[in-house]
Amino acid sequence: MLNFLLRRLLSSLIVLFFAVSLTFLLTRLLPGGPFDREKGGSEKVEQALLEKYQLNGTLWQQYTSYLHDLARLDLRVSTKYRDWTVAEILAQKMPSSLKLGGIAFVIASTLGVVLGCLAAMRKDTPVDWAAMVGAIVAISIPSFITGPFLVAVFALWLRWLPVGGWGGVTHLILPALCLSAPYVAYVARLMRNSLLDVLKSDFLRTAKAKGLAAPQALVRHALKVAILPVVTYLGPLAAHLLTGSMIVESVFNISGAGSVFVNAIQNRDAFLLCGAVVIYCSLLIVFNFIVDLLYSVLDKRIRLYA
Amino acid sequence: MPDAPKSPALTRPDGWSIVQRNRPAMISLIFLVAVVLIAFTAPFFLPEALKSTSGGAFLPPLSKGAEAAVTHFCGTDKNGQDLFYRLLTGAQVSLGVGIVGAIISLIIGTLYGMISGYCGGRVDALMMRAVDMLYAVPRILFIMIFIAAFDSVFKDWLDALRLWAQDCQWLWLEGAARYLIPYSKILVMILSLGLVEWLTMARIIRGQVLVLRELTFVMASRAMGQGGWAILTKHLLPNLSTIILTYLTLTIPAVILDESFLSFLGLGIEDPAASWGSLLKDGAQVINPIESKWWLLAFPAALMSLSLLALNFLGDGLRDAFDPKSVD
Repeated sequence: MLNFLLRRLLSSLIVLFFAVSLTFLLTRLLPGGPFDREKGGSEKVEQALLEKYQLNGTLWQQYTSYLHDLARLDLRVSTKYRDWTVAEILAQKMPSSLKLGGIAFVIASTLGVVLGCLAAMRKDTPVDWAAMVGAIVAISIPSFITGPFLVAVFALWLRWLPVGGWGGVTHLILPALCLSAPYVAYVARLMRNSLLDVLKSDFLRTAKAKGLAAPQALVRHALKVAILPVVTYLGPLAAHLLTGSMIVESVFNISGAGSVFVNAIQNRDAFLLCGAVVIYCSLLIVFNFIVDLLYSVLDKRIRLYA
Repeated sequence: MPDAPKSPALTRPDGWSIVQRNRPAMISLIFLVAVVLIAFTAPFFLPEALKSTSGGAFLPPLSKGAEAAVTHFCGTDKNGQDLFYRLLTGAQVSLGVGIVGAIISLIIGTLYGMISGYCGGRVDALMMRAVDMLYAVPRILFIMIFIAAFDSVFKDWLDALRLWAQDCQWLWLEGAARYLIPYSKILVMILSLGLVEWLTMARIIRGQVLVLRELTFVMASRAMGQGGWAILTKHLLPNLSTIILTYLTLTIPAVILDESFLSFLGLGIEDPAASWGSLLKDGAQVINPIESKWWLLAFPAALMSLSLLALNFLGDGLRDAFDPKSVD
């Protein structure tokens, strides 16, 4: 177990290192710099600003000095929002995204698993067809169509829910639905196919032959194995949902982390971008680690090794 | 099974007949062929008056044009352009970006996966770790970085071409370059999305190659002295073709979604070119509860949703038919 933890920590750090390096180097190599739109942008001003933000010298020098700071957990100051450190910006933007993403994740995982199980148990019945057609519809229609549609129906027409903004529970319902819809569909499809595979396996036939009634057999035996691919999918999904969605946040007028990536690239704000990548990768690593732990709990045959 | 194949050697019907019996997939195929045909031919038959801007902005559907005697089936937008014509040109761009982008990602993914799977061992491990690493960086980051990198390059090239043509007094070339400059974003989108979407493809192809390369016919051709590249192209590629086709139909909607997402945010296709995403962006900008200009949102949304739906139904049908793991 200790061996597993150490190996996993090492490989996680390598992934994080490469992801941040790639992000930093690519951003700095892009045409245009962070201070291009400076007022009265003379060479001298730009040079002074680059020096102030430690972006002078060769690319290699910039990179190593940034890594040096990063190793001490210093994410530096944003080159766009000068009075703010990257850590402060992320601390301000992340909470609403975490909340919304967390709710969407719970919806996607529970509803997806339930729908997938129902479809598999009632294979080739109208229940199954409805669930699977609904899944394709949910996957095909992008959130910038479902979002305004939900707003038009539930906020403008029926007036049940607020149009947008951030506050009470009612503000969360539409964005969470909009954000989770495609992932409910992915999870349901994955769950259905995996459960159908397991239901055909020998050990379930044995269980049935020994006299287990079908629903009981399903719950006790099949689900424990069939949920493994779903769990694998849920790891990266959690990281993805928790870091916010630019579309959903802009449609519902929520100030979250979803726009940080896009805005940071547009402003050539290398430090803010790298900070966001650090957060995203860390979440990814943590959730993949949880997935591995869950695996060994669900399936005793799986041993933990990195 | 009443229409089972006569030959006793075949234990299951071949993939194409499974697809043909899949009604949603066949309807989707017909719908898609129709959309492509109409999008690429109908603009030639529309009257010229429909294709330019006009004074009649925000005309509702089925109204007469302001200046010319034309009917706007889907209404007009803020510049008085006919929405039906914009939808068709938007379909050309969206489908074009989707198809060409998906093919680029397919070529990269297939090559990568085949080399990784066939070489095996350390090469395979290294190549797959690289894919894992790329998965760890958000995709939007790469797409935007590619767009930013290519955008200025293409515009500079076209501008240089224009100036060079001006010097040489080649007016037609100068005109062409000047005309193409606003459309360079389309090429940029195709390349950027194509260069990013290949990761899943590479994984799937590699998995298939790992299975295929252990089969006896590969061993036989290796024993007869055939080189690695020849085995890959002559023996493995034909066996991979249906999987490739299947995931092509599933990659096209993914690329179209990415393109429309970026255009919706104003980072992708720009005026005067249009795509479904940019049309939706224009529609979303003028929507308000007091004076509803619903047609600007409803028509692009409907056409795009139906097309994506059809592509996904078709892709699922093909996968059910050809992917050995999904056959029961």
